[in-house]
Amino acid sequence: MQEAMIKRAKELLAEGTVNRVMGWQAGEFAYDITPTVFSSADELDKAFVYNDFCSANVSKYMIKESRKEGKILCFLKPCDSYSFNQLLAEHRIWRDNVYIIGIPSYGKVDVNKVRAKGVTGITGIHTDGPNVVVETIYGSETMVKMDVMEDRCLCCKSKKHMVYDELLGEEGEVLQSNRFEQVEALENMTPEERYEFWRSELSKCIRCNACRNVCPACTCENCVFDNPASGVANKAPSSDFEENMFHIIRAFHVAGRCTDCGECSRVCPQNIPLHLLNRKFIKDINELYGTYQAGEDKDARGPLTNFTVDDCEPSIVHHRRG
Amino acid sequence: MQVEETKEFKPTIVAFCCNWCSYAGADLSGTNRLNYPANVKIIRVPCSCRVNPMFILRAFQRGADGVILCGCHPGDCHYTTGNYYARRRMTLLFSMLDFLGIEKERTRVEWVSAAEGAKFAATMNDFVATITKLGENRRLEDIRCKKQ
Repeated sequence: MQEAMIKRAKELLAEGTVNRVMGWQAGEFAYDITPTVFSSADELDKAFVYNDFCSANVSKYMIKESRKEGKILCFLKPCDSYSFNQLLAEHRIWRDNVYIIGIPSYGKVDVNKVRAKGVTGITGIHTDGPNVVVETIYGSETMVKMDVMEDRCLCCKSKKHMVYDELLGEEGEVLQSNRFEQVEALENMTPEERYEFWRSELSKCIRCNACRNVCPACTCENCVFDNPASGVANKAPSSDFEENMFHIIRAFHVAGRCTDCGECSRVCPQNIPLHLLNRKFIKDINELYGTYQAGEDKDARGPLTNFTVDDCEPSIVHHRRG
Repeated sequence: MQVEETKEFKPTIVAFCCNWCSYAGADLSGTNRLNYPANVKIIRVPCSCRVNPMFILRAFQRGADGVILCGCHPGDCHYTTGNYYARRRMTLLFSMLDFLGIEKERTRVEWVSAAEGAKFAATMNDFVATITKLGENRRLEDIRCKKQ
């Protein structure tokens, strides 16, 4: 896949269709892959990588990149294409300045799960049928891919690209996913248990704002959390109220626009399952206002910017469950 | 001799009332000499959809034990559709608060028209009674904002 992508990128650069390529390169270590903009064939040869660690969603970078001069080539995985389409719907990306190549994704590998197997000194990774081969400085280790895949990929919602100019590989399908299972399990707990669960999770928050910065739906130029008068601009966790407030408001601001790409949980240095908050909103919207997948249809009206005369009353919350 | 202080719990209730219906409803209940507890603090907003989820959380932070949002009946909004949007927003917010394990009785939405002074008083009496039974807001409190 990597070779095919580099080849196509070089062709498009040579043709002059695009003048930059948005891709990935290894960071300090082989597993901390960083999104990068390449501007020449040499750079592509030197650093461009696409492997099972390339899980970063690059759609958000297109907001700034598409405003620059010339066209940029962007490789989108199916879940990234949902985010991209949602940003198009919100008029955040200049579509004419982006050339999209859809690439298939068969699930990305969670480096923490690889490490949990006692593998250290990782220098590379490649897929081999149902297995992944992790190269390390001590030799290579083969493991079943399903065992080390990211949680969000295990309950993938779709392999279908929502937006592209051309595809490398085959067109995928929308999948039947069981992604709400964890949310349901939490809903079935008592309020006391839920409170304990979320306290133990959210109290780990260090307010690094990584979840906000990475989120492709969080694209306000001026963020409410950067307002010193908001009372929640602290860059340190100062009270449990603030942790609750930050996470409720963060999730609420993307409610109805969140495509459930799961980047928030991936980047969280404290491993808080933040995607569960977003999924709860998605689940509620699906149940109360009809099934809606953000990013699927760029001309659809979002559930929170829409209404019907016979919507349920907020008291429905009191009647549902315990 | 030491006298033990027995403090009766008096909840603080914040009521967001829309300017056109519920605030007038509250006014009417006053001119009709209907009783409702003095611990209901009314905040007038131009429309129920002016209320941002942050307002509700902020009220809890500053010491509210219960927050109620009152607006025009659906279909009667002064701005035609404001309360329809508020309805969706508040449903989702309340559901999220419940998901985080915060008592769902602490938040409520009621539609009170300008002619429903009696309903306003009854709603407030009922809400204050519910919150008094529920006790102090502990799960969404901010200790920095507590009065010493």
